[in-house]
Amino acid sequence: MFYLAWRYLSYNRWKTSILVGSIMLIIYLPVGLNVVVEQSGEHLTARAEATPLLVGAKGSPLELVLNSLYFSSKIPEVMKYSEATSIMQSGLAEAIPLYVRFRSRAQPIVGTSVEYFGFRELLLASGRMVALLGECVLGAAAAAALDLQPGDSVVSSPETAFDLAGIYPLKMQVVGVLEPSFTPDDQAIFVDIKTAWIIAGLGHGHQDLARSEAASAVLNRTGGNIVANASVVQFNEVNESNIDTFHFHGDLAQYPLTAVIAHPHDQKSGVILMGRYVDGGAPSQILQPEDVVDELLETILTIQQFIVAAVIIVAIATIATAALVFLLSLRLRRREIETIGKIGGGRWHVVSMLLTEIVIVLILSGGMATMLTILTWRYGSAIIEGFVLS
Amino acid sequence: MIEINDLRFDYGTGDFCLDIPHLRVNEGETVAVVGPSGSGKTTLLNLIAGIAKPQSGRIVTGAADISGLDDAAVRNFRIANIGLVFQEFELLEYLNVLDNVLLPYRISGSLRLDSAVVQRAEELLTSVGIGDKLDRYPDNLSQGEKQRVAVCRALLVKPPLLLADEPTGNLDVMNKGRVLDILFDYARDHSATLVIVTHDRDLFDRFERIIDFKQFFDDTRGAAPGKPQDE
Repeated sequence: MFYLAWRYLSYNRWKTSILVGSIMLIIYLPVGLNVVVEQSGEHLTARAEATPLLVGAKGSPLELVLNSLYFSSKIPEVMKYSEATSIMQSGLAEAIPLYVRFRSRAQPIVGTSVEYFGFRELLLASGRMVALLGECVLGAAAAAALDLQPGDSVVSSPETAFDLAGIYPLKMQVVGVLEPSFTPDDQAIFVDIKTAWIIAGLGHGHQDLARSEAASAVLNRTGGNIVANASVVQFNEVNESNIDTFHFHGDLAQYPLTAVIAHPHDQKSGVILMGRYVDGGAPSQILQPEDVVDELLETILTIQQFIVAAVIIVAIATIATAALVFLLSLRLRRREIETIGKIGGGRWHVVSMLLTEIVIVLILSGGMATMLTILTWRYGSAIIEGFVLS
Repeated sequence: MIEINDLRFDYGTGDFCLDIPHLRVNEGETVAVVGPSGSGKTTLLNLIAGIAKPQSGRIVTGAADISGLDDAAVRNFRIANIGLVFQEFELLEYLNVLDNVLLPYRISGSLRLDSAVVQRAEELLTSVGIGDKLDRYPDNLSQGEKQRVAVCRALLVKPPLLLADEPTGNLDVMNKGRVLDILFDYARDHSATLVIVTHDRDLFDRFERIIDFKQFFDDTRGAAPGKPQDE
């Protein structure tokens, strides 16, 4: 009976494929969705739990957390660098500045301090850590995606293609590649916070206008002040010969950060630090990323419940349609069934053959749904994280 | 051997009744059943094969009283003792030539499919000229080839009784002769009883006996009186 059932299904392969595909989707969609949501929840929560406190400008807590922890492309409101020094000077917590605004192709450029690597327990796989302006260290996945290694260089992407007054690309030297950490850090290009400010145009290097060969670039010279015209040569790469020319104008304390990771020395320090931001008039906010992620997951779970409800309705419709198709195919196969009966096949043989066909279809559907679920379990969280963060 | 006594059968629709007081076909005999459409020729084959059950009367096919057996026993008897050939071939479209021939073994609890049976099926198909088309599906066969496959399916179990319902009705002259040769050769070689329903008068001289349902059939479509007339 199995042989005949299998022959029938394989001969009508398109009909069988459609039936198997439909039932597979009915099984897979709620199960796969559940796996994706659960896994994504675990990944998001693990990262959030590893980040005790986050300080940022007032605005969307979700944007702040997604940008600071997962390097999402949406940029939160910026805060002043002085906030980081203030936290540091309070003696309550270690403050790790973050400026996550720029990208090199799809990879986020994370401006931070060297303390970040210790805090996230990131280790070097090759090369060395960032020591000078214009240097960068790549996460493992970023290095693989860009096919770079220490000694190569990487260029930041312009924010807008046709904005002449906008941010100019900076060519950075790759000095190290990190070991995989299986976190968003793997995708990142890490630079010193000052390098990030150079990309932002807040610091720059150009030819020395005091020298005689730069005379044509001088627009006005009043006492010690030299005003350059548009012909002055600005450097788009930091190297040994021009590093001394790079400088920042104005007060660094006023320079922008997207966030500060605050790592309290103890629980009490954390509570005190949080208390400082209770004042509604403060320009900054402090939050526990875990709470924000929990809220996000609650929203996702609610959406998931709606989707599952919709899938159940579709499943009922699909099962009804499959049953209808089966009954109609019985009518089409009436002659075949009669032939089997005439030759000497019993009614039970026909019934068992038809049941075997159904069982095979269910097994194939279940098997494919299981395979898809395993694939989802393996790769699904990365997909949904990408979706949430984009 | 087939022996029918006091047979009465109708479909319960009121416009057809088959009434056969007595009919006997001897072992190894070749018989043509002729008569107008709707006179009950196919019904007679179905009754002999146990596919249909008479309201009354007795049908003995070989050693078995078919009319007295239960459904399962009739099926077991039929699959092992009666080879059936149909006008429309009745091949399963999703089985290839070889599997169609092996079908009785695949749907029977009493017949055992083994390599010897497969080999016999292949030899049988080769002997009728389609040994090189074992993997083809019915859709890719000519009408004559389809009927030869159907005949092989009927012959595979080496049945002592062959019942064929207009087996050449859809065939051209050449294939008609070829299929009949296969059936008659088998009947002769195995001393099998061969009963064929046919409209083709050109074939009559090949049979030992003709049973004409013309006298047996009532044009008013009422109860058909009398018994089939032997020619």
